[in-house]
Amino acid sequence: MLATRTDTGRFRPRALPLWRLVRVANGSSRVLRGAGFTSSKHRESAADGTCRVLQRSELIGGGKRTLAVSVKSVSKGHSFREDLAVMAVRGVNWMSRATGRGAGTVAGGRVGLWIDPDLLAKLARGRTIVLVSGTNGKTTTTALCAAGWGGDVATNVTGSNMPPGHVAALVGSTSERVVLEADEAWLANVVRATSPRVVVLLNLSRDQLDRASEVRQMAERWHQCLAAPENAQLVVVANANDPLVAYAATASSNVRWCDVATSWMADARSCPRCTLPLEHSDNDWHCSCGFAKPSTLAATLDGVLHVGSEQAELDLSIPGDFNRGNAALAATALAELGVGLGGAVARMNTLSGVAGRFTLRRWGRHTLRLLLAKNPAGFDALLSTVDQGDSDVWVAINAQIADGRDPSWLYDVAFERLRGHRVWCLGERRLDLATRLDYADVDYEIVDDVTSLPVSAAPVEMLANYTAFSEWMARTTAC
Amino acid sequence: MDGEDDGVLRVVVLFPELLGTYGDAGNGLVLAQRARRRGTECELVSVGLHDPLPDADIYLLGGGEDGPQRLACDLLARSSFAERIGDGVHVVAVCAGLQLLGHSFCVEGDDEYAGLGVVDVVTRRGTTRSVGEMAVDVDGRLLVGFENHGGRTTLGAGVPPLGKMVHGRGNDGAVDGFRTGSIWATYAHGPVLAMNPWFCDEVLSSVLGRTLEPLHGAADLLYAQRCAVLSPRSRA
Repeated sequence: MLATRTDTGRFRPRALPLWRLVRVANGSSRVLRGAGFTSSKHRESAADGTCRVLQRSELIGGGKRTLAVSVKSVSKGHSFREDLAVMAVRGVNWMSRATGRGAGTVAGGRVGLWIDPDLLAKLARGRTIVLVSGTNGKTTTTALCAAGWGGDVATNVTGSNMPPGHVAALVGSTSERVVLEADEAWLANVVRATSPRVVVLLNLSRDQLDRASEVRQMAERWHQCLAAPENAQLVVVANANDPLVAYAATASSNVRWCDVATSWMADARSCPRCTLPLEHSDNDWHCSCGFAKPSTLAATLDGVLHVGSEQAELDLSIPGDFNRGNAALAATALAELGVGLGGAVARMNTLSGVAGRFTLRRWGRHTLRLLLAKNPAGFDALLSTVDQGDSDVWVAINAQIADGRDPSWLYDVAFERLRGHRVWCLGERRLDLATRLDYADVDYEIVDDVTSLPVSAAPVEMLANYTAFSEWMARTTAC
Repeated sequence: MDGEDDGVLRVVVLFPELLGTYGDAGNGLVLAQRARRRGTECELVSVGLHDPLPDADIYLLGGGEDGPQRLACDLLARSSFAERIGDGVHVVAVCAGLQLLGHSFCVEGDDEYAGLGVVDVVTRRGTTRSVGEMAVDVDGRLLVGFENHGGRTTLGAGVPPLGKMVHGRGNDGAVDGFRTGSIWATYAHGPVLAMNPWFCDEVLSSVLGRTLEPLHGAADLLYAQRCAVLSPRSRA
């Protein structure tokens, strides 16, 4: 009743009918029809945030007909609908947290958008907004961007990256500085609602194809969004090494290209513009149709990060080359907002964990480093940090709706790199994982009962996909 | 074996960069590993966009998006692939690979893109996309997998399907894929040979021309689990 489901199975808010709002707000002032009289009340909110209340009463008695119409203007900057929606977001999220039913970032946002479908746009008004989107690294890049900006920044760091999560983030903080991660499929909607100053585009690769269908369609949707005349002013910070991102971003005339390491190219073997084969060479790509890696770069990252004329030493506390790339994109976005590179990078360097990721966690006598990997490109990036050590590896795979129902992608992950490690297979689809490891000649153990997991002296490296990660976050505590 | 008679089984995965969206290259790995574990020397070859078509005992075709599917079809049309099929080489084709073996298929902007036409099959655009787990009754045995496609495939009069649908849509809601001469085709994409060890062994046995000794592994547990979830009895 609160929402309609779209074909991708995602949430789309539907407006609360106005007459019900009136009844909710004013108790007795709903449309009343009694013996001899009719009364109705109507509320209208205008685009400038003002609100008009129209009341119409009609009395019929003694052969006479009396009509009373009153029009009242309420102009407090916020509409009544918006105020009610914000109260609902706070109330429902508080209840959600208090009852332990959730992290309190989605339910309230949904109710708020139900009451006022324009709530996100209204909350975004007058703020400086950076949006971050892409298949992998959204949450970490958002956290890096918020940390690098410094001070009070409104952000959806728990990874609730659809409009209900954005609403919750903006209700939770009135800060003028906002960094929001946006689900790839929702980017166009969120751009329309929030009019961001900067949009950061990280990468695009196969992920949950049962819901998103094709990667190239996603690039096309981004392209259409950025080509829209109303978005001509926004600055796009884009990964120049990802051909699908480059295709999307070339729709904008305001792009800051970043040259950051991108290892996953399996979804960009044919040209996103003309479908001919793309030629890849060391840190470069081009097509015979003329589409090629952009040559005018705003940021480069070798040993040192260069953004415009500034440079700084990236020495992140979180691991992985992919996170150095994420930091470079975040710093480029911040440079657009006038944030000095030295200060931004110094603040990013101190960020040690993002929503429980990368840091050591405890579960009974076990110590583990919990890593989220949802798709082949994500696994590819993380396996490079895991395969060097000799620690035990736990991998948990689920295939719920939020994970994608189809675990076929396990065959796109180079699990062969884990040869020499012993891998414990967990999660609802542990048999799919075990089969994959079996054919990869990797030593594996199927774990039907997690309490039987042996305690190892060194911290365990644990890779988990989306819902499995959430389960293990809940099960473990910070060290 | 049909390829060079040197005792080495040659498994060739065609254009995994184009037709490999759903982990389809895994089928080549599984076929090769199940042959190796039975003592057959095996060479697993991936064909890139600029490579000539190598000799093979079996070619594998995977699933892919519209643009890459069209490109793969064009590349195969310019090669000796159709002749080799005429000579009886073995082929396992899934999803987009299944479609491009027929007379025509749909891609964005063209509802009748010419396929290789080696099998009397036509694929048209369906009204809804078929996404989800599927199960097919293949001569009394269950083939399980996952489908994700927008095509409706019609088989010519002389083309038998691979099996009858038990769950999911396959070609048209009634049957899945086709089985002609030395070609197996199914809409069960990705690692269908990994999920169905019996199916992999049926293909392998046909390629090697001998019966195979049993081979046990995690795949048997996985197959039993998916059958339990998808079999008509458990769904009733």
